[in-house]
Order: sequence, then C-alpha cells, then structure tokens
Amino acid sequence: MDRDAALFEFLLRQGDTTLILAQRIGEWCGHAPVLEEDIALANTALDLIGQTQLWLGLAGEVEGKGRSADDLAYLRDAWDFRNLLMAERPNRDFGHTMMRQFLYDAWAHPMLTRLAASSEPRVAEIAAKAVKETAYHLERSADIVVGLGDGTDESHARMQDALDRLWPYAGEVFVADDADEVLAQAGIAPHPEELRAPWTETIRRVMAEATLTIPDSDFAHTGGRTGRHTEDLGHILSTMQWLQRAYPGATW
Amino acid sequence: MGKEWPLWEVFIRGSHGMSHRHVGSLHAPDAEMAIRNARDVYTRRNEGVSIWVVRAADIAASSPSDKGPLYEPSQSKVYRHPTFFDIPDDVGAM
Repeated sequence: MDRDAALFEFLLRQGDTTLILAQRIGEWCGHAPVLEEDIALANTALDLIGQTQLWLGLAGEVEGKGRSADDLAYLRDAWDFRNLLMAERPNRDFGHTMMRQFLYDAWAHPMLTRLAASSEPRVAEIAAKAVKETAYHLERSADIVVGLGDGTDESHARMQDALDRLWPYAGEVFVADDADEVLAQAGIAPHPEELRAPWTETIRRVMAEATLTIPDSDFAHTGGRTGRHTEDLGHILSTMQWLQRAYPGATW
Repeated sequence: MGKEWPLWEVFIRGSHGMSHRHVGSLHAPDAEMAIRNARDVYTRRNEGVSIWVVRAADIAASSPSDKGPLYEPSQSKVYRHPTFFDIPDDVGAM
C-alpha cells in the first residue's frame, strides 16, 4: 500500500468515526434527560461534524477524484465506511451513551495530541484544532461517568452494564493493519499500539473513581476500520442519507 | 438533597466586558458541572471568556415589597448626580 492510499484510508477512518458518532449522539437532540445535557450533547455532535468536514474534505483531496466531504458522507454505502464499530453502537440509555463517549474521548485525545505533530502538515492542522474540542469532551464525559458510576445503586448498575457491553468494542482501535504500518513508518500517524498505554491509564483512573469494574478480557471485535460493520450502520445511513438518495443533488 | 439538581445563577464576562453579567440560570449537580453546563448553554456563540456560577439559594435578595422605603427616597435627590459642575474644555469627553 503506498503512502497516499494509506493516507486516504486513514482520513476515512478518522472522518467516518466522527461522522457516525456525531449522528448517534445527535439522536439525543430534544430527548436528553435534562435541557443542559441536551445542549451539551448537541454541541459535542456539532464539534464532531466540524471535524468530519475537515477529515473527509482532506480525504477527497488526497483521493484526487473530485469527491467532496458531502459526497463521501452521503453517497457511499455501508461497506465503504471505515468508522469504528463502537461509534455505530445504539445509544441505549443516557449512561450507555456517555460511557461510549468516554471510551472514545479517552482514545481520541491522545490520538489527536500525537497527530498535531504529524509529518503531514494538513493532518497536523486538523488535529491541532480538534484536540481542543476533544479535551473538553473528555473532561465532560469522564465527569459524567464518575458521577453516574459513583452515584445511586441504579445509576451504578447501568454504568457497569454499559461498560460490560461496550468493552468488546473498545479495543478495535489498537489492532493495526497494513495502512497503519505505512502511516507509522511515514510519521503521519502514531502506531495504534502506542495509544494503548495512555488510554488504559485514563480508563483505569476514571473507572476507579467511578467505582466500576473493568472487564477482565482483551477480546476486541474488529471490522469497522476495514468496512465490515454491524447491521446498525445501515440503519444510521438510511436515516442520514435518504434525502440525498431520494433527491440527488438537493441543496438549500 | 432532593432528586432535582440545585439551581445555579450564571454570570459571564465577555471578551470586551469589564464585569461579569447575569445571563440566566441552569440546573447542575455541583459547581464544576454548573460551569460546564454554563459553557455549553451560554457561551456557544463565543459570548464569554470567564464564567461565574453561584447557587441561587445562596443569593440574598431585596424584597419587592420594600421597594418604597428602599428606592423612592433617592428619586427626589437630584443633587446626588454630578451634573452641576462646569467641566473645563481641555478635560475633553468624560
């Protein structure tokens, strides 16, 4: 795999993950348990959509076939998406949504911190902007995981259940393939394995404070980063893409 | 504490403002979350550079029924406004 092919793959992985996660947390808009959380979740979703525009915009540029960020978001089918499986997991309850957000943020923050020093300046620029937003997302999601984990019996049980359900999806991000090796060699992105230590440290610290037990398993579902998805992604895409599919080229 | 989160009053200082201004209120479980919620609810259009929150229950307020004794006596005391001085021209705008 050459550098540009690996870079294109990487940009899709970044942009598709932020896009699908944003779409998922956007589902809470108007439905969150309290007004303050409703707005906070919508803000996070919009931050992630902003990051998506940058990642997918650059992906189209690197691909060189004239596809825009919108083309990539709205006109690809499920098998062309490269998002992490965790991003497409259903929201379930608010606690489960925030646990997923925390597991993602705890990875995204050290990832973006390293990408800000990427040998590819266009990647470094996007990461430098996104890392500030993600630092805030992480503070917020960690706080809520602690608040609910170390909360009532009911909230504790729900957060432990959320962690148990999401844990098998958390490790996908550390499993490297050819594209990752090429990118690490070229100094464009850190090797996935390099992020495991800082991620694990954050998870351990926050889960201890949240009085939650980390599952004793390293098993990780994989496939999202290579286009093999759960059936949930198709449902997200049918909601997200139907307008462009039904009315091709529609704008406002 | 009941099941409802306590109410917090939010004060924001804008980038060109000299002082914090009251902008509204919100609910949050503690001060830290109140500041985060205030950031998300009241500064999403770049309104602020500093946030104060204070529990609404901790604010002591004057009573509306004391309006007469508290404020009316000052209505007839125009001499308290510094409008009776001639300002020398070279002082400029004040």
